[in-house]
Amino acid sequence: MTHPTQFRYTKEHEWVDLEGNHAKVGITEHAQDKLGDIVFVELPAVGTAVKKGENLATVESVKAVGDIYAPMSGAVVEVNTQLESSPETINQDPYGAGWLVILEVSDPSEEDSLLDASGYEQYLNEG
Amino acid sequence: MNTIFDHKLAKGVGGLLPALDVPEQGIEKLIPSSLRRTHAPRIPNLSEPELVRHYTHLSKVNYGIDDGFYPLGSCTMKYNPKINEDLVRLPGFANAHPLADEDLIQGSLKLLYEASRYLCGIAGLVEVTLQPAAGAHGELTGMFLVKRYFEERGEEKRKRILLPDSAHGTNPSSATIAGFSVTEIPSGKDGMINLATLEEALDDTVAAIMLTVPNTLGIFEERILEVTAMVHAAGGLCYFDGANLNAFLGRARPGDMGADIFHFNLHKTLSTPHGGGGPGSGPVAVAQSLVDFLPVPRIVKDENRYRLDWNFPHSIGCIHSFYGNFGVILKAYAYLLLLGDTGLREVSENAVLNANYLQESLKQTYPLPYERLCKHEFVLSGKGLGEGISALDIAKRLIDYGFHPPTIYFPLIVPEALMIEPTECEGKETLDRFIEAMERIAAEAKENPRLLHEAPQYAPVRRLDQTRAARQPILTYPFNER
Amino acid sequence: MMPLATNSTSTRVSHKMRYIANTGADRRAMLAAIGLSSLEELFDDIPQEVKDRFQPLELPVQSEMGVARILKELASLNSCQQSSISFLGGGVYDHYIPSVVSHITSRSEFYTAYTPYQPELSQGTLTTMFEFQTLICELTGMEVANASIYDGASALAEGVLMAKRIVGKGRVAAAQSLFPHYRRVLDTYCWAAGIKVIEIPYTKAGTCDLTALPQDLSSLVIQTPNAFGVIEELKGVKERLADALLIVVTNPISLGILAPPGQFGADIVIGEGQPLGITASFGGPFLGLFATRERYLRQMPGRLTAQTVDAEGKIGYTMAIQTREQHIRRERATSNICTNSQLCALAATVYLASLGADGLHELATLNLEKAHYLAQRITALPGYRLAFEAPFFNEFAVRVPIDPQAIRARLKEERILLDDPRFLSALGAPNTLRFAVTEKRTKDELDRLVELLEVI
Repeated sequence: MTHPTQFRYTKEHEWVDLEGNHAKVGITEHAQDKLGDIVFVELPAVGTAVKKGENLATVESVKAVGDIYAPMSGAVVEVNTQLESSPETINQDPYGAGWLVILEVSDPSEEDSLLDASGYEQYLNEG
Repeated sequence: MNTIFDHKLAKGVGGLLPALDVPEQGIEKLIPSSLRRTHAPRIPNLSEPELVRHYTHLSKVNYGIDDGFYPLGSCTMKYNPKINEDLVRLPGFANAHPLADEDLIQGSLKLLYEASRYLCGIAGLVEVTLQPAAGAHGELTGMFLVKRYFEERGEEKRKRILLPDSAHGTNPSSATIAGFSVTEIPSGKDGMINLATLEEALDDTVAAIMLTVPNTLGIFEERILEVTAMVHAAGGLCYFDGANLNAFLGRARPGDMGADIFHFNLHKTLSTPHGGGGPGSGPVAVAQSLVDFLPVPRIVKDENRYRLDWNFPHSIGCIHSFYGNFGVILKAYAYLLLLGDTGLREVSENAVLNANYLQESLKQTYPLPYERLCKHEFVLSGKGLGEGISALDIAKRLIDYGFHPPTIYFPLIVPEALMIEPTECEGKETLDRFIEAMERIAAEAKENPRLLHEAPQYAPVRRLDQTRAARQPILTYPFNER
Repeated sequence: MMPLATNSTSTRVSHKMRYIANTGADRRAMLAAIGLSSLEELFDDIPQEVKDRFQPLELPVQSEMGVARILKELASLNSCQQSSISFLGGGVYDHYIPSVVSHITSRSEFYTAYTPYQPELSQGTLTTMFEFQTLICELTGMEVANASIYDGASALAEGVLMAKRIVGKGRVAAAQSLFPHYRRVLDTYCWAAGIKVIEIPYTKAGTCDLTALPQDLSSLVIQTPNAFGVIEELKGVKERLADALLIVVTNPISLGILAPPGQFGADIVIGEGQPLGITASFGGPFLGLFATRERYLRQMPGRLTAQTVDAEGKIGYTMAIQTREQHIRRERATSNICTNSQLCALAATVYLASLGADGLHELATLNLEKAHYLAQRITALPGYRLAFEAPFFNEFAVRVPIDPQAIRARLKEERILLDDPRFLSALGAPNTLRFAVTEKRTKDELDRLVELLEVI
């Protein structure tokens, strides 16, 4: 399984696509597979401020709830409203159309503590 | 499956009630139009034969203990004695109104009083409330008692509840609703609480520990006296969840293990029927230090009369409309009378024997994460049985063999968990048939996994689409589509 | 062989415990398979100190016949109530229960079944849950209902907690005219949750006084018909609440005639379902009704059943959105509820299905007419008048000219039962008696009551 090399990752199975000071956030292939068929997504309101590590969103499958933590601190500028009617998009295309939130980051240096693609892959293999 | 709404909303069928015998004034005169209903509710008017056939048919696509083995771990699916169903229907009990004068309901009060005394005796504690309507309700009540206890001592800083990672989900949710935060303590490799980990977690912000004894792995906490002593030494209370009481009924008491609060599940341990999901009853017994805070009213005996006493100023108040689920408590009371002390011992003896026999027989075929003497239940793992085979697949295939599956995916600390509790009621013959079915399924998992993935094939419905049910939920009959 | 004892409280019974299938031979074979030599060894893991502290209950074994006798004697201590004519109310009413109800709920496939976690084996339970949810929505005019909670009082408490989760404010306004037993439970839950309960008084007419509603509320709780039997005017109430939720507590039978709270914009509707085919049973088990709007679905506590299809496209039912519940969410669950009151919900479902919409209307009409007949006859007596002028359904309060306890005691001698007037006194209505009249009260019984009042 290859993970998009241009993304960064967290140990909580979130991915980050940082462009300038906008970070698009989603969950990884591994996460969506573990959760199973996703049935509901709870997204934050636009404008919400989050610190790195705080609860950002919630993804629900039939049998489990996945808490999504903010990989970087910032403010929510956009959410993927399409997920309200089609939560299964996360299962189908976790790295593309299944994105969750776009943050305007407040501290770009936080990117350094994120894993890169091979680092995340290694982490998965350890577990 | 047909619902009653699939029948036509026909013209009314009468015959239940006599005609009005007082002079009619008319609804329009008695109720202003702004308060009156304009559209009738869409409840079908079925004839009695249609109605009875409909529900009879539905009962036949259901499976209860009377149908067969039901090894649901932590649910204690034991036989429900039929005599209790008759006794609860005695008109003297069935028609007793909760607000009637005490002299008119001495029978009900006496029954509740005597039931209380026996429950205290089983718990090894001094007083009990019968109000909680379910185990989870009992847990909530227990948490309220803990909260009030520390409030009265000026120790509101104690806001944390400790619980093991094997705890049933109602434990942390009850604690949270009562305003506490929860700290999970990881179980040791032996499945029990690690004393060093516990020591680290204890400080003066801990209000209580919530324990299930034996725990949800079916393992008795061998160091229970040390655990409760440590919590007490740190100024905390010990709450015991009584879901697994069947394991030591008649031979040990939570109060003797250091419990300050203990809740019963009458619908588990004391044989009252599960009803398809309720009603249950979750009485809570307490040590002397908590008696003042119990809900009111309390049932009190004065010589030979029984009465309701509301005069307990430190009580947490009420958690039920009235005095608890009388109709459930009655059945538990009758069950205790039927069993007696010797019967209670036989319950735990046979329950634990049956569980260990199954564990011993199945461990050849299924991974057993904790290989040791279990109590009334044990946990297997469904992992590694075959490529892509899950506990769910095993469970669904058991249905094809005529058994209700065990509890799956709980406790969370065992992957692909299968929690099996045979109860004392099953005989060796049934257990052997179950073992055989499990062994055949394990073989199928390797040789013909499709049988598991497509199971059940012989149930009234095939495997149901849970995802569809959750995504765009249809929670009421879709009238507009018909 | 021991001789049979002749002690009347304990007959010696043949010892094999009736509910255990194992024989001695079975037990020996299983012990051998486990590799133990005695049954006692099965309990080696319990500390000896704990085992030593054990004390039995001093309870002898009883036969089924013996237990039946004991329980019948207890039931007979309730017997004065049996031949009585009840006007008791307070949310628990003496309604006629059609015979089909107990026949269906006595089917062991229903009552000995567990929670339907394995839906393929539980389509009976699940289908009836779906029917129940639909029926409650039809009655209350709401969009979604759960499969029941323990009782009306705990349902109300859960509703208030839910409103706090949604709106976020720590205050609830509650009508003074709630049944006292609902209010007590609400007070306890709110104390634990840190929610302040602000009491809203009632007007001279007996309705809730909404002229000076407090601010910053999560919810307003109104009961209709209320503790005085008075029907509240819900029109316009929701519009006067800022972002607070309107929680309405109701009597399901009254909804056969009265406009459903959903019509007036109620956010949460609560009720005690005992009147729907459930015996009084000294206060439990009962049936907590809980309905709300779809937009609050994920905040609603309790079980939910949804329609779906199986692998062959056949319609079936399964529990849904269990991610709200304790076994998945754990400390972040919407509530800790595990059990619903399923067998009672089944009774209510069969009850409503036996009546049908027409029968329910007929039933509600009988209640209404008989209650008003009695009210008119009583208030024609000198010194008796209705305590409140607002419309009522089947329960009403009467101001009486002499000590209400004396009236009540005299009626009790004739086996006519009324609620204790101290309940109403505590709500600020002294010298008042409440009467609940159901379809079971005949004209003769009503006339007899009036005759007695005439001469007290």
